Amino acid sequence: MKPVLVISERDNVATALQVLDPGQTLSLAGATLAVLEAVPSGHKIAIRAIHAGEEVVKYGSPIGLATSEIAAGAHVHTHNLASTRGRGDLGSPAIAAEPRLAEPPDPRNGGQP
Amino acid sequence: MKPGFKGFRRPDGRIGTRNHVLVVPTVICSSVVAERIAAATPEVGTALPHLAGCGQLGPDMHVTHDTLAAYCGHANVGAVLVVALGCEQVVALTLAEAARRHGKLVDIIAIQTEGGTVRATEKGIRIARAFADKLAKVERDWCDASELVLSLKCGGSDYTSGLASNPTLGRVTDRLVALGGAAVLGEIAEIMGAEHLLASRATRAGTATKLIQIITRVETEARALGLDIRGTQPSPGNIRGGLTTIEEKSLGATHKGGELAPLEDVVAYAAPIERKGLTVMDTPGLDVESVTGMVGGGAQVVVFTTGLGTPTGNPVAPVIKVTGNARTARQMADNIDLDVSGIMDDSETLETAADRLFDEVLAVASGKLTAAERLGHREFAIHRRNPTI
Repeated sequence: MKPVLVISERDNVATALQVLDPGQTLSLAGATLAVLEAVPSGHKIAIRAIHAGEEVVKYGSPIGLATSEIAAGAHVHTHNLASTRGRGDLGSPAIAAEPRLAEPPDPRNGGQP
Repeated sequence: MKPGFKGFRRPDGRIGTRNHVLVVPTVICSSVVAERIAAATPEVGTALPHLAGCGQLGPDMHVTHDTLAAYCGHANVGAVLVVALGCEQVVALTLAEAARRHGKLVDIIAIQTEGGTVRATEKGIRIARAFADKLAKVERDWCDASELVLSLKCGGSDYTSGLASNPTLGRVTDRLVALGGAAVLGEIAEIMGAEHLLASRATRAGTATKLIQIITRVETEARALGLDIRGTQPSPGNIRGGLTTIEEKSLGATHKGGELAPLEDVVAYAAPIERKGLTVMDTPGLDVESVTGMVGGGAQVVVFTTGLGTPTGNPVAPVIKVTGNARTARQMADNIDLDVSGIMDDSETLETAADRLFDEVLAVASGKLTAAERLGHREFAIHRRNPTI
C-alpha cells in the first residue's frame, strides 16, 4: 500500500494511508518529501509550503484556508486549516465564502478553470 | 438480459422492493399502540413511531403530514393501518386517502373511539393480521432496473469514505442513471463546498439556481444565529477520522452522486422524486432525518456508505451499508453489508467494487435482507424546523 495518496494534480495536500513518522521520506511524482511531524492515518500532510490565508486544496477543490504558515511535510488539520463556509461566527457575509458555481481557477493554467 | 430485479408491481404503476403492512400513528400519543400492532405481525409489519403530529404550526405541520402521507403511498408498502388518538392535528382521513390513492389496503382506528390502549391494540392487531395474510398472496415480478430510485447516503464518514465507498457508490449511481433509473442525494450542509460539481451537471438553468438558493439558505441560517457550523460539521468523529472542514467532507460526500449523472431536479424534504437521473433533496445532515426524507420521496433502496460504522435502517426501505475501512468491516461486521476496503490497499479496483455493489442493490431490491433489516433497525425521524407550541 502506498503511504500517501494525492487525489488531484491541483492538490497541495496528500492523504496518509498509514501512520507517517517524522524523518520519514516520501517519494511523490518524482520529488521527495520529508515528513516533519507525526501524521495519523487518514489525516493530511502538506506536499508543498502553504502560506497563511492560502487555500488548501484536496480533490482538486479548496477545502478551506490555512490559518498559519504550513511547511511542506507538516500535518494539516484543525490547528492550521479552517472552513470558510457556514461561518455565522464570522459575522459579515463578505468574509464567508459564497457558494461556487464553477470549478475554481487553476493557478497552473493562467487562472483558467 | 437487461439488469433488473424481482419487485412488487403496485396498482399505481410503481415498483416495491418490500411488501410491508405499515402502521402509522398520526401523533406521538398513538405511537406506542402503533408499534405494538406492528410487532404482532413481525414478518411484514412496520410502524412509523414519531414525536410530532400536534402542537406544530405552519410549515412544520405540513412537513409532518406530508412525510407520513408519503410513507402511506410508498411503493414498498402494500397495506396501511392509520392509528389515531382522536384529538390531534394530523388528520387520519387524509393519511388513509393518500394510501387509497396509491391502491393500498387501508383502515383507520382511533384510540379514543375504540376505548383505550387495550381495545385499540387488539382491534389493530386483527386488522394488521388480515392485511398480512392478503399481502402474502402477492408475488414478485421481474422489473427493469430503471424502475429503481436509489437513495444515496453517507454517515460516520472518515477518510476512506471519499476515497473508496463514496466513489464506488458514485459509479453505481452513474450506471443506474445510464440505465434509466433515478438516484437522490440529500444533506444540503454536506454539499456545501462541492456545489459547483453538481451545479455544472444541471440540465435546466433553474435547477442549479435552486440548489445554490438552498445552500445559501443553510449558510444564512447559520449566520442569522451567529453560529459556526463547525460545531457540528464535520462531526467530532469525522475530525478524528482526518476530515478537517465541511468543504473537505462535502467533496468526498458528493462522490456518491457519480460523475456523469445529470442533475435533473432539486426538491423539498420528502417531496416526490419525479424525474429519472439525479435529484437533490433538501434534507438536514442528521442521518435518520435525511434517510426518512429520501425514502419519503420514493426511494425503494438506500445505499449508506460509512467509514466509522453506523446501524441506521428505515421502516420501509432496505438500507445497504458499505464501508471502505477494513477495521470497521471487522469491528462492526454485523452492521456491514459490503466491504470495499480492498480499494484502499489496491487489492480491488473501484470498477469491481462497483460491480459488486450494483449486484447487491439488485439482490436486496429482489428481497435479500440487509444487515439493518436483520437487526431490526427501523429508525424514523421527521425533520423539524420550528419549536413545538
